[in-house]
Amino acid sequence: MTPKQRIEALEQMLLIRAHEEAAVALQGAGKAGGTCTAVGQEASAVGVVMALTENDQILTNHRSIGHLLARGADPRRTMAEILGRQDGYCAGKSGSLHISARELGVVLTSTIVGGELGLATGVALSRKMLGQPGIVACFFGDGAACEGRFHESLNLAAVWELPVLYVCENNHWQAFVHRRETMLVESITAHAPAHGVESNAVDGNDVEAVHDAASAAIAHIRKTGRPYLLETVTYRLRGHYEPDDQSYVDPQELAHWRARDPILLLKRKLDGEGVLDAAGQQRMEQRVRRRIEEAVGFAEANPYPSLDALTTDVYA
Amino acid sequence: MPRMTANDALTSALIEEMRRDSRVLMFGEGVATKRRDLLEEFGAARVRNTPLAEGIIAGTAAGAAATGLRPVIDLLFAPFLCYAMDEIVNSAGKLRYLSGGQFAFPMVVLAATGAGWGVGAQHNHNIEAWFAHSPGLKVAMPSTPADFKGLLKAAIRDDNPVLFFTDLALGFTEGDVTDEVVPLGQAAIRRNGRDVTLISYAKTVHTCLAAAEQLADRGISAEVLDLRTLKPLDEETVLASARRTGRVVVVHEASRMCGIGAEVAAIVAEKAFRDLRAPVLRLTGPDAPAPASFPLEQAFVPQPGQIVTTVRDLLGTRDVRDVELAGVPV
Ligand SMILES: Cc1ncc(C[n+]2csc(CCOP(=O)(O)OP(=O)(O)O)c2C)c(N)n1
Ligand SMILES: [Mg+2]
Repeated sequence: MTPKQRIEALEQMLLIRAHEEAAVALQGAGKAGGTCTAVGQEASAVGVVMALTENDQILTNHRSIGHLLARGADPRRTMAEILGRQDGYCAGKSGSLHISARELGVVLTSTIVGGELGLATGVALSRKMLGQPGIVACFFGDGAACEGRFHESLNLAAVWELPVLYVCENNHWQAFVHRRETMLVESITAHAPAHGVESNAVDGNDVEAVHDAASAAIAHIRKTGRPYLLETVTYRLRGHYEPDDQSYVDPQELAHWRARDPILLLKRKLDGEGVLDAAGQQRMEQRVRRRIEEAVGFAEANPYPSLDALTTDVYA
Repeated sequence: MPRMTANDALTSALIEEMRRDSRVLMFGEGVATKRRDLLEEFGAARVRNTPLAEGIIAGTAAGAAATGLRPVIDLLFAPFLCYAMDEIVNSAGKLRYLSGGQFAFPMVVLAATGAGWGVGAQHNHNIEAWFAHSPGLKVAMPSTPADFKGLLKAAIRDDNPVLFFTDLALGFTEGDVTDEVVPLGQAAIRRNGRDVTLISYAKTVHTCLAAAEQLADRGISAEVLDLRTLKPLDEETVLASARRTGRVVVVHEASRMCGIGAEVAAIVAEKAFRDLRAPVLRLTGPDAPAPASFPLEQAFVPQPGQIVTTVRDLLGTRDVRDVELAGVPV
């Protein structure tokens, strides 16, 4: 990443963090439904999405704000969606859990764990058959890798040579169950060779490492037309959803990963390398905070959908 | 007008729609193997075999439908849809709505079911009502070769996910077939009558027609209404007929509880109560898995004799000759 890209990455990661913290506050105040935050996973989202081009498409899941904002989503409209307002990306019908933004190439967001894995092959098939350039990036969790659909999807993408970048954001948690309890293998990539798929695991809290690994993976897909599995090893710093007191989380493990907070790591690096000093970082944080405050203001003032929307858009 | 089997009618719909629209493609387990004519004409990209994995077949169809293709998938036998339930119900059925209308899912899911082949309950289960109960989906189940073709053409052209169930007993039946598109959501009156309306779909339409013949011999005039599409349901035609005859018997092979018959009976009771001269009755399969043994399999499905006795009871004209008819497979 160039210094300019790294500065941009930091700003996006700060925006995601601030957005999630605002959503938590809104939930706490009873203004928003339960949300699943991606606090701690910002580097994974930003590193991968920055490696994509405009032609590429994204499928994501319940923990999607990072992917959306990194793709350029307007925080006013994501916030409005979280509050169920009419100008949200999905006209208020999604809430926080299935936000798609077709205009940004973020399509078919699904909150059925593994649902997006079942759809990504079809999106990639369309691209291939309609001769559209670009690949399909599909974000899912370590829990989704326990679903049968994960294997079916990888297998079909391999057999049909579909341009899918599978991004497993391994945050160690599958709702309230630690991944150690659900799988014997240390890495999700262990499953890739069984399907004839290339793979790589990367430190998901190091945005540069993620960006490099994603760039290499994407280059491989563009060159071969075949799928690729990238695992970003990261950690869910907050609970599964809000509110969640995390009483079931090993404090030592949490402390270890808090010390590896991806924003902290990047800030330290940019300061150390003289790319962006503490004062510059502070100014950036203020700018981001203002944007999010404005987004919350917009969303709270935005009307709810009219009640006849209850039965619109069921059928095409 | 060419005569052909229902299976051939279905194939001719596929061929015509694939010629008409290059976005239409078809895949499933054995599709490219069994449909060599399609493979040869349209090529390996548009006629595909898949791995044995119904979930990913349906999910791939939904993803492709939302992004520019118009897939037709063959999931073989209806019970296998259980493996694809999530993709059909939660993805194809809901993501249009949940995304505020950003996506549409023009896709068709083919599946066969029904008594006739003695394959038992894991290949024969009339689960069409499950999908009618789920928002965002349409459901069709034809009874004639003409509808196998015409309804499938409409289903492929529709911008919504359509579950297209084919009755195993009807595949080799012959009939006149045209190039006509049969719009989804339109029932057909198969026989006009004054005294009672027999409402049905798929194979039991023919059972109702046979019963109507027998009733005619006894001076009873039965109307036979073929729903053709289960969702959207043609309420208007159902109600008009119910009002005309004042008596309704719904007949289907699927089990009774929460079946399509329950819905039809409720609609008639709610909206045509004043015109009814008798309670709406249902003749359906039992609450049991479908057995393989031929006599048991036939006993599962309503038979003409049962319809005749039911109607004569309804009209208060039953006599001793009807007892032997009841329950005797015809
Ligand atoms: C099919 C299904 N099962 C269960 C759930 C409830 N649920 C929502 S998120 C989640 C955990 C998913 O874990 P993972 O895939 O690792 O993603 P993460 O939440 O960690 O990002 C669960 C169990 C669901 N939404 N869908
Ligand atoms: Mg997880």
